[in-house]
Amino acid sequence: MIQVLAFYLFATLAILSAVLVIMSRNPVHSVLWLILAFFNAAGLMVLAGAEFIAMLLVIVYVGAVAVLFLFVVMMLDIDFAELRAGFVRNFPLGMLIALVLLAELVFGIGAWRAGSIDLAPAGATEAAPMAASNIAAIGQVLYGKYLFLFESAGIILLVAMVGAIVLTHRDRKDTRPQNISKQNRRRPQDATVNMRPEIGEGVQL
Amino acid sequence: MTQTFVNWGMTYDWAWFVATIAGILLIALPLMLAVAMIIYADRKIWAAMALRRGPNVVGPFGLLQSFADGLKVFLQETIIPSAANKGLFLIAPIITFTVALMAWAVIPFNSGAVLADINVGLLYVLAISSLGVYGVVIAGWASNSKYPFFSAMRAAAQMISYEVSIGFILICVVLWAGSFNLNAIVEAQRGAGLGIVNGFWFNLLLFPMWVMFLISSMAETARAPFDLTEAESELVAGYQTEYSSMSFALYWLGEYANVLLMCALNATLFWGGWLPPLEIEFLYWIPGFVWLCLKILFFFFIFSWVKATVPRYRYDQLMRLGWKVFLPLSLLFVVLVSGWLMFTRYG
Repeated sequence: MIQVLAFYLFATLAILSAVLVIMSRNPVHSVLWLILAFFNAAGLMVLAGAEFIAMLLVIVYVGAVAVLFLFVVMMLDIDFAELRAGFVRNFPLGMLIALVLLAELVFGIGAWRAGSIDLAPAGATEAAPMAASNIAAIGQVLYGKYLFLFESAGIILLVAMVGAIVLTHRDRKDTRPQNISKQNRRRPQDATVNMRPEIGEGVQL
Repeated sequence: MTQTFVNWGMTYDWAWFVATIAGILLIALPLMLAVAMIIYADRKIWAAMALRRGPNVVGPFGLLQSFADGLKVFLQETIIPSAANKGLFLIAPIITFTVALMAWAVIPFNSGAVLADINVGLLYVLAISSLGVYGVVIAGWASNSKYPFFSAMRAAAQMISYEVSIGFILICVVLWAGSFNLNAIVEAQRGAGLGIVNGFWFNLLLFPMWVMFLISSMAETARAPFDLTEAESELVAGYQTEYSSMSFALYWLGEYANVLLMCALNATLFWGGWLPPLEIEFLYWIPGFVWLCLKILFFFFIFSWVKATVPRYRYDQLMRLGWKVFLPLSLLFVVLVSGWLMFTRYG
């Protein structure tokens, strides 16, 4: 009973906040509704028994991606009238994307109903039965059956990250960054001199 | 607790529901009292280190100071700036306060005495603590004012930076304990040090992790010396500048509830949680709840001590510490810990 109630609560809120993402006039409000949609999706995952995925959804999307998103949207100075002006021009493109998404959803559900396929190479170790805890089961699958795919995905992400840093990094000459080890190595005798100059002579530094 | 309600003649569903509500109240209400007293303790410790007396007028030894402050704040007028985004302006402190209470659901107070005994307890703590930044960022933006906005930007960058290294530190603990469940992590610390010391801190690989976790938790809760989000010399009062009355009090309470939570996590993850410090029979006569509270108070004293003695970091130093010192170090220790465990336990 409680589960059914919770499901309808999460599902309704998810759809409602997803609609409000595109309906609200203020982009910051849009991002906040998006965060609520992520949150409700995480709630649905918990109900489906995938608590590990739910927590990852909250940590990665709500905790990191959406924060940066909010950051950027808040910093931008957006002219709302200008945004709305392009609506008619962009409408066909939007419809096309919506159609593609709908078709993919239909294909996906159709393929799911037709039964699963086996992507693993022959001779790979079998996944642990789902009776084990969620994290253990996912670990068995990722680091057992799909080890090669998982590791190569990790390498690709690393390369992408290094690439992004290399592309955006510029070596500025006009900044004076603090060198902490150099500061710590500095001793009083390096910086001060004890002198007794003659009257009227001054000091050469 | 569910079983008690079932025995009273409820169906299991309703018994579970009522037991959960009762559990939430059992944690949240004493926590609020603890927060009020810990604010008093913080001021007293801080005063003692500055050779002052601290609050000593309201009640015996000034014990009722926090309640007097609460009453005063409650009776004040709530001022909403006319340029503010009203809805978000009011929601922001509620988010901070709620999130500060939510994470307590998975902290074990005694063997099995935990509201939500879930498999992914530690991930839940990480997920909830990553939400804390929203209260600050939304407040900064909704105030529509210069200094709160600067503070919100600082807070967002600061919390994300330190969450990364906290994540790696927690991975070390999880690897050693072999579980994400906080109760199982506490149990794994029973006699972890030479069979007599309870706690992961008595371990050459995990002790540096604990030191880093302590510093990171100060940065995560924006306590001094990392309180750049409310640096009064630069940003007035940071994101709280436009807040008054109860909406300000919610930030205040939420902040201290967060500090207590971080102290509880320090105790639970590295110092044996509700276990007594040493694995000796007669120490178990004292209930586990008391041991946990003592440990939380000990860590809170460290937090206050640091606040009273260490000058504030500069912003670039804060970022340097997070990204250039803690991140590589914690990554190195993940490799060391997993290598050591592979060599000794699973090899």
